[in-house]
Amino acid sequence: MINDDKSFKKRLARRNMYGSISATFFFVANLIGLLLIAALFLHIINQSMGYVVYVNRVEPETLSERPLEDLSEEELGQLILQNQPARIRVYIRDYLSRVSNDEFAEATVGAILRGREYPPEWGNIPLRDLEHEQQLELLYRNMNQRQMLNLVVENIVQPTAAKSWRLFESLFHSDDIKQQAAEEFPNGDLKFHSWLNWDFLTRSVTSSATTTGLKTALLGSFWIISITAVTALILGVGAAIYLEEYASDNWLNRAIEINIRNLAAVPSVIYGMLGLAVFARALGEITSGAVFGVTDSNGRTVLSAALTLAILILPILIVNAQEALRAVPSSIREGSYGMGATRWQTVSRQVLPAALPGIMTGVILSMSRAIGETAPLLVVGASTFIGIDPNGPFSKFTVVPIQIYEWTNLPDQTFKSVAAAAIIAMLFVLLLLNAIAIILRNRYSRSF
Amino acid sequence: MSVEQQTIGMAMDIPHNQIAIEAKNVSVYYGDYRAVKDVSMVIPRHKITAFIGPSGCGKSTMLRVFNRMNDLIDGARVEGEVIYNGQNLYDHHIDPVEVRRRIGMVFQKPNPFPKSIFDNIAYGPRLLGIRDKQTLNEIVERSLKGAALWEEVKTNLKKSGLALSGGQQQRLCIARTIAIEPDVILMDEPCSALDPIATQRIEELMRELVEHYTIVIVTHNMQQAVRISDYTAFFNIRKITVDHREIRWGELVEFAPTEDVFNSPREQETADYISGRFG
Repeated sequence: MINDDKSFKKRLARRNMYGSISATFFFVANLIGLLLIAALFLHIINQSMGYVVYVNRVEPETLSERPLEDLSEEELGQLILQNQPARIRVYIRDYLSRVSNDEFAEATVGAILRGREYPPEWGNIPLRDLEHEQQLELLYRNMNQRQMLNLVVENIVQPTAAKSWRLFESLFHSDDIKQQAAEEFPNGDLKFHSWLNWDFLTRSVTSSATTTGLKTALLGSFWIISITAVTALILGVGAAIYLEEYASDNWLNRAIEINIRNLAAVPSVIYGMLGLAVFARALGEITSGAVFGVTDSNGRTVLSAALTLAILILPILIVNAQEALRAVPSSIREGSYGMGATRWQTVSRQVLPAALPGIMTGVILSMSRAIGETAPLLVVGASTFIGIDPNGPFSKFTVVPIQIYEWTNLPDQTFKSVAAAAIIAMLFVLLLLNAIAIILRNRYSRSF
Repeated sequence: MSVEQQTIGMAMDIPHNQIAIEAKNVSVYYGDYRAVKDVSMVIPRHKITAFIGPSGCGKSTMLRVFNRMNDLIDGARVEGEVIYNGQNLYDHHIDPVEVRRRIGMVFQKPNPFPKSIFDNIAYGPRLLGIRDKQTLNEIVERSLKGAALWEEVKTNLKKSGLALSGGQQQRLCIARTIAIEPDVILMDEPCSALDPIATQRIEELMRELVEHYTIVIVTHNMQQAVRISDYTAFFNIRKITVDHREIRWGELVEFAPTEDVFNSPREQETADYISGRFG
């Protein structure tokens, strides 16, 4: 029976067939995933660049006979004086002022332009008492031609994106687009524009699609992630070391461990409510910085958000760190104890260094999760629009995913392209983090 | 000094000052399970004592009793007394860290730390607070020479300990152990993962080390016990069946000079085991 050659051959063919069916299924599953990712990337890239028609509020030709680029600082200054004399003070405030916006109204020229160039005899005169011509002189004494040109273009010419097309339309129907643009916007300027560019990354957020930038949100994300990383790393690794190396196997410690694993599955918005109640409200005195002398803030700060995210990723981080610690072979621990090491010496000199690559991989992966979190931060109180870049733990904040959400919600269609550019920037950061995690894992993982 | 332990020593002509460790009625429990029952024996100073016996007879467990390695296992418990330097190692005021500093251990599988050769040897001294580079250098050189590894690695002390061959790794572990100058070295089947040539080198090394240290070795290899040991302890498995459940534990059957154990065993069991009739 068992040696029946004929039935063996028949069965072997069937066994092989089952094998290839499974293999095909696994391949198709991968293929579907790959196709979905490709579709996502194409969709985003399609939105992030393409033809744009710019329409100027004021045509440069009506301002000057020569191209604006060729004008000197003084000539550009004269344009501002003719068109927007009252705004010169605002430009000084936005680009040159050394004092806070609250103090600006009363401040003297000397205080506002401390360390910059101004005629010494004006030093004690409040800025608002100067004539527009005098204010203008301060402006172009301290700005170069390029900066003055930007002022004129952004504030007087005011090019706005009247209509934008997507990448594939722009590539395959460029003639139609050119014709359509010429008909609808005879004065318009049709350009191929990539919404993701250096200026976009380094400008603060504004209300216009052509001049807005991601810097505010990037800085917010950066501050929050930094504080989250430090807090979660210390707490998470500490908890994991306790559970793996110190805690004895009793019901209390088992209950703690099971609960930590369950916490990893709690929806993130719940953590947002926790963060709002505990960090933003109950501990508002601390998170607003009031106890450290910060005045103009409530509890809805970078610090509250960072602590909320830290709590959110803690369970994942603890479980991951526990696994990394458990992967350190017991022969290493025995060897260390056998040499007369104390428990802490064994943990700090052998177990922790050996587990560190695994722990770091987990930290970076949970960082990528924290960067992408939106819901809990909305609850904790991310600002929907802030014009001031966050500069510390007690600042108001917004983060990249929330900024993306805001932009996609605006009625102006050109903001969809801005959002796509921001998405690419965020995906790039995420890819970078994951790459670092992989490099760490490959470089420092040891075999025992 | 109880009458019983004096008789163990006296019966074997071991003067009292030549006894390094004395075990009195030692039983080891894992939870409710008694793995080793009522072992009384002595470890003679500057001799090699071999533990032999079939798998599961408790010889490794008994070895770990001597430097309290069983403390690391949740639920493990030792009853009885282990007298070292006039003190019971299991007194509640004795810190196991101090025990292990005096009674070192070499494991079955070579387990160098994932560090350089130098750092492996310097690990023990550094634990004790020695930071001085010059002192550490001297200790490393002396220990590697003591473990007959110096000539092979002296040009390459920065190399990872894991990059050495199996036999070299085990000698590195021995060097690491003697770096803190213990009294007693416990070896848990130190050659079972090594080839015959590496095994021979370790055996030669043990004969040299016994000039300065007391050695206890667990081995599965009876020829090895004959070749190197001065005393041999034979452990065996006992079993009874209670309510259709088999209960097993290990017991010390015979403890005598190696020559006597292998040439004129007192017990029939011992004779059966060493002649290969079982186990």
